[in-house]
Amino acid sequence: MFDLLGIPPQVLMGQLLLGLINGSFYAVLSLGLAVIFGLLNIINFSHGAQYMLGAFVAWMLLEYLGINYWWALILVPVVVGATGVVLEKLALRRLYHLDHLYGLLLTFGVALIIQGLFRNYYGISGLPYQIPSQLSGGQNLGFMFLPNYRAWVVVASVIVCFGTWFVIEKTRLGAYLRAATENPTLVGAFGINVPLMIMLTYGFGVALAGFAGVLAAPIYSVNPNMGADLIIVVFAVVVIGGMGSIMGAIVTGFGLGVVEGLTKVFYPAGSAVVIFVIMAIVLMIKPEGLFGRNA
Amino acid sequence: MKKTVLGALTVASFGLPAMAQDNIEVTLGVLNDRSGVYADLSGEGSVVAARMAVEDFDAASKGLDVEVISADHQNKPDIASNIARQWYDQDGVDAILDVPTSSTALAVADITAQANKILIDSGAGSTALTGEQCQPTTIHWTYDTAALAKGTGGAVTERGDTKWFFLTADYAFGHSLEEETMKIVEESGGEVVGSVRHPFPATDFSSFLLQAQGSGADVIGLANAGGDTVNAIKQASEFGITQAGQSLAALLMFITDVHALGAETAQGLVLTEAFYWDHDDDTREWSARFEEKFGSKPTMVHAGVYSGTMHYLRAVEATGSTDGDVVAEWMKANSFDDPLFGEGYVRKDGRVIHDMHLYEVKTPDESTGEWDLYKHVSTIPGEEAFLPMEGSGCAFANES
Repeated sequence: MFDLLGIPPQVLMGQLLLGLINGSFYAVLSLGLAVIFGLLNIINFSHGAQYMLGAFVAWMLLEYLGINYWWALILVPVVVGATGVVLEKLALRRLYHLDHLYGLLLTFGVALIIQGLFRNYYGISGLPYQIPSQLSGGQNLGFMFLPNYRAWVVVASVIVCFGTWFVIEKTRLGAYLRAATENPTLVGAFGINVPLMIMLTYGFGVALAGFAGVLAAPIYSVNPNMGADLIIVVFAVVVIGGMGSIMGAIVTGFGLGVVEGLTKVFYPAGSAVVIFVIMAIVLMIKPEGLFGRNA
Repeated sequence: MKKTVLGALTVASFGLPAMAQDNIEVTLGVLNDRSGVYADLSGEGSVVAARMAVEDFDAASKGLDVEVISADHQNKPDIASNIARQWYDQDGVDAILDVPTSSTALAVADITAQANKILIDSGAGSTALTGEQCQPTTIHWTYDTAALAKGTGGAVTERGDTKWFFLTADYAFGHSLEEETMKIVEESGGEVVGSVRHPFPATDFSSFLLQAQGSGADVIGLANAGGDTVNAIKQASEFGITQAGQSLAALLMFITDVHALGAETAQGLVLTEAFYWDHDDDTREWSARFEEKFGSKPTMVHAGVYSGTMHYLRAVEATGSTDGDVVAEWMKANSFDDPLFGEGYVRKDGRVIHDMHLYEVKTPDESTGEWDLYKHVSTIPGEEAFLPMEGSGCAFANES
């Protein structure tokens, strides 16, 4: 086989796979952002806090109610999504007729408040959450040891991402949704409850963040800042993919995970900035993003 | 008539200082991280510890009026400097306590020396505080990176894990921790087979861990802190690195970090601390009282704030002064026997010399509660744990 810049192929394969795994988180998170932006035109800055909320709610379910990981996977998105619905109904709804910037400021403020509250009650060090016993251990693939849990993360993310894409792009419900954002008055005239639809769409986008939070809880530190650390990168992913493009968010999420993974081998110090460098280049050459439909 | 008034005034103005001498007013400022990454290991807990010291010292009956105030320096040197200046110039603060993060500690140390007050640092790790950037009014209480490197680096190498690979946070603190540990490893007969610098802060370490795994090292040294260390250890366990025979050595880890990981994930980890709540009867008694007030067990940083405050108050009582030079001189001239740190003394350069302890994290079977996390491996005598004063670069301490 080939030897690339002194890196043996086994190592390279391992890193590609790891990149794909990290890309799963980028994909699920940026998908939520893209759904919310693409359909509602809201720049949801509280997405990172909602992801953190997902991990914490999973921890709370286990700690206080003894509910395991698998139930959390279903319950957490519902709970976190419900908080999104409440936020939309009480606050965001009032800002639709104003500039994007107001929504951004509101959601940013909400994120700071949520993070502050959790920091106050649970401290900053984080909380332990174990990998479910069914998924502990791993497989020796010859070129690397693949933890079962990471394999599960990739599978779960791919299913959720393409399921979402399918619903929005290929079903009647998705068609209504897209129509409602294009022309709410007309769609409303056909007897469709547009405000309800928009509210549920925001809730769904937020639920995706909560879902990613549950996926992350066993492998990343569950602490109030976990979302704040990640959200900037995820925004960069959305910008590269094209704001509002569903498929763009998914493909760039996975793709940039791989690019970042490779940077960690060839030039570790650059791995923190490589995504932003790509973002700058994409913005210069194709400002609407790689998959953007309109500039 | 005029004379009488004047006379009364004179009496009054002479009377005031006499009264103040009876009751010395002391203001202690706990300056640390109250909202960021170090808020759990320092934060409000350090304020609680300082207040406990004032109570236990029974300051009021000894003629000291002690007030404890606090502020958040957000781990930023400029904010820390501003607060320190305001405290000294306007708020009558006599000593600043805790100050985690080396950059803020160094900034506050300078300002403290200019103001002729006292800095008792518990939270920061840089050896520069009592080395190249030492000040006569700086007392560095709890630990430093050299002591951690010595404890963990030395013990692990001597145990037979001689080949090291370093996972290092890419900023000044990580570099210096890595460098000091490498030195100890090589002195103890070990060998460094590689290292990788990761961005700070980082969430995913799997890629770096795989590189460490491929290096053939016996032990992976984690030259990072807080959330980075927690993430790295969590993922090392996930990737089966420890199960495959490689061990991990956390070079800076506090009990709050171990608590965040849980015994299941952190078991077997070796680390160095100056204080552990379950070390002996004295530490247990104090920690129980601390927990009652604060809600969780103390870290070594909290313990350091307590003991440092105690020693400071003893100095103020003995000298009847809050003058920085006078108090520092007394603190250095008088050794202490402390319930939390044992016997110790403050060296001329401000380094506090006390025993350090090597601990191993218990397995879930051995652990009987969420804070029952360490078993004692060995004690490193203070004289060996810290760098010698000669050659430390501290100019005033090494003059004849």
